[in-house]
Amino acid sequence: MTSTVTQASGVGSAVDDLEALESEAIHIFREVAGEFDRPVVLFSGGKDSTVLVHLARKAFWPAPVPFPLLHVDTGHNFPEVIEFRDRLVAEHGLRLVVAHVQDWIDDGRLAERPDGTRNPLQTVPLLDTIAEHRFDAVFGGGRRDEERARAKERIFSLRNAFGQWEPRRQRPELWNLYNGRHRPGEHVRVFPLSNWTELDVWRYIAREGIELPSIYYAHEREVFRRDGMWLTSGPWGGPRDGETVQRKTVRYRTVGDGSCTGAVESNAATVADVIAEVQASRLTERGATRADDRLSEAAMEDRKREGYF
Amino acid sequence: MSDLLRLATAGSVDDGKSTLVGRLLHDTKSVLADQLDAVQRASADRGLEVPDLSLLVDGLRAEREQGITIDVAYRYFATPRRSFVLADTPGHVQYTRNTVTGASTAQLAVLLVDARNGVVEQTRRHAAVLALLGVPHLVLAVNKIDLVDYDESAFRLIAKEFTAHATALGYAESSVRTIPVSALHGDNVVDRSANTPWYDGPTLLEHLETVPVQPDPHEVPFRMPVQYVIRPRSAEYPDYRGYAGQVAAGTVSEGDEVVVLPAGLRTRVTRVDTMDGPLAEARAGRSVTLLLADDLDISRGDMIVAAESVPQPTDELDATLCWLAEKPLRPGARVLVKHGTRTVPAIVTDLASRFDEQKLSYADAPGSLQLNDIGRVLLRTAEPLPADDYTTNRRTGAFLVIDSSDGGTLAAGLVGAALPVPDDAGRRPAADEQALLTPGP
Repeated sequence: MTSTVTQASGVGSAVDDLEALESEAIHIFREVAGEFDRPVVLFSGGKDSTVLVHLARKAFWPAPVPFPLLHVDTGHNFPEVIEFRDRLVAEHGLRLVVAHVQDWIDDGRLAERPDGTRNPLQTVPLLDTIAEHRFDAVFGGGRRDEERARAKERIFSLRNAFGQWEPRRQRPELWNLYNGRHRPGEHVRVFPLSNWTELDVWRYIAREGIELPSIYYAHEREVFRRDGMWLTSGPWGGPRDGETVQRKTVRYRTVGDGSCTGAVESNAATVADVIAEVQASRLTERGATRADDRLSEAAMEDRKREGYF
Repeated sequence: MSDLLRLATAGSVDDGKSTLVGRLLHDTKSVLADQLDAVQRASADRGLEVPDLSLLVDGLRAEREQGITIDVAYRYFATPRRSFVLADTPGHVQYTRNTVTGASTAQLAVLLVDARNGVVEQTRRHAAVLALLGVPHLVLAVNKIDLVDYDESAFRLIAKEFTAHATALGYAESSVRTIPVSALHGDNVVDRSANTPWYDGPTLLEHLETVPVQPDPHEVPFRMPVQYVIRPRSAEYPDYRGYAGQVAAGTVSEGDEVVVLPAGLRTRVTRVDTMDGPLAEARAGRSVTLLLADDLDISRGDMIVAAESVPQPTDELDATLCWLAEKPLRPGARVLVKHGTRTVPAIVTDLASRFDEQKLSYADAPGSLQLNDIGRVLLRTAEPLPADDYTTNRRTGAFLVIDSSDGGTLAAGLVGAALPVPDDAGRRPAADEQALLTPGP
């Protein structure tokens, strides 16, 4: 890259890129608060949703965040993440709604999958909870750099009564004038981090001093190898026969269902270490650590059409 | 410190736009190994010998199956100098609405032509839309230059024709750049090509990194639509009342005299607040909370503006519409208009003319506006709006036209903003650098 960088043209830049992204996200939060009756923030405890909560606090400070968080809990959690979630909620006076996937399995609305993975099972509890609470705007931490189908989704993404994304029926999104109109039963998914990259998120975490669950940083853990990823032992079915448990220094790049979220071998113990690692990485975070996105060329598109995040 | 450039790409089908974007991502090392593996696998499945870089950006199943681009795709890459948000917009006529979407926030647009075909109808049409939307800088990438044997005269001919078209649309020559490239082979995209020794201008990436995009904020008067009123009523902040919004134009500082519209009340800014503490000054694009000296009745939908430059609220809008809906617009239509943070009912009282992008002229009084038509209309709004002319302010001169029955977005609206026609002496008045440089969000 450096060989192509040319001399400055003499015009100084006024606003830095993170400041522009932050202001855009805050603007989006305020538009939703101004135009919707019942917004909610999807919260997984992962870095993107934690950044989302930080931005929501900034958007309404010194008033409290005027909407609750929603955690769709697969039951396959990392304890560090649940501890972090509860502490964050208490510290900032947030409200938290939890939809337990286990409840849907217990009463027969959902069946456990043969592979034990519960990520795909989140869609039904999510849609049921949206309907039950009549949430009309659902904030998600999705970024367009994550995946090719997401790259085409609007910041305000209209969903029908089944939560489905219909790519061919997307509204044009013009200037910063967002159109959140929807009919009864429909809702809008809102993605304030649409224009952020993984590196932007980490640079922002560093700049703002945002705390994350400890599993994002290098630590020793008992892991076993499956599908080219390091998975943690747990009630979700592992290790199976022939999978041997080893002790490794690892960290997580994403937080999801324990059965399909892999750790990467890493010595990155601080935010600065992680930024250096992300800059040098040759794999995307989803490609590296999410089995559910590696199923097919159109895996994410198919799940979005079904009403997934 | 790096800054952010928002750009859009536009071109006809088969000009190689996805390949060019794939090339930019690939050559700036923005493509990671697993993404490249997936492209190589998919290319091999299709019997291709070299990886088809367009597969990096065509995201939807139908796009990959049909080898076309359906929707605006956003792409991200960065160099040490700048971060880039790229809106990759499809080229088919029926998807021009996506070009409007991508261009509305763009500070620069890259248009593609095939060196073998030169400037075609789509190119002229796209350039007209980009000019209308006030995209400050145009780049014409003359692609597939390898297929005309890197011939200088072929390039010069196309460059000359395009520059003439762009200047007729109101662009200064300094805002238009033409670059010979081969997206397939990488010539002049990121790295300088040895095949075009006659070309001494920048490569595409060099130009993207250095083009000046920040306006002088002091040239444009302050505007901020109020999004939300912040009233904690807490023990710690019992009397706090702040007006939250994103500065749409100009700058705001503590002590500034302002007027709140539409009421027209005059007051003074006592603090420009953020969670990180008060700011000395906030520029266009910054989200802030303003505290004011007087206890006024201000709510979402109002606009706070510089006292020395107050737009006159009006309920008669003379505007240009880019019609983006399948159902046509007919005079008398009842719609909603979203301007800033205010949404009001409106009636289209007159459909004055339709713009012909080929002839660069207006045809009088069409019976209707169809999908992708650009027309001049008169709107009467239920409440007065403090609108600026779009050519002086891309943010406060813009509005959405919304279907009041199903909530869909019908049109991009621009206050005033007639495109210049050659009969009008060719140059848009005062439309050069300053006016066009108002940044996007």
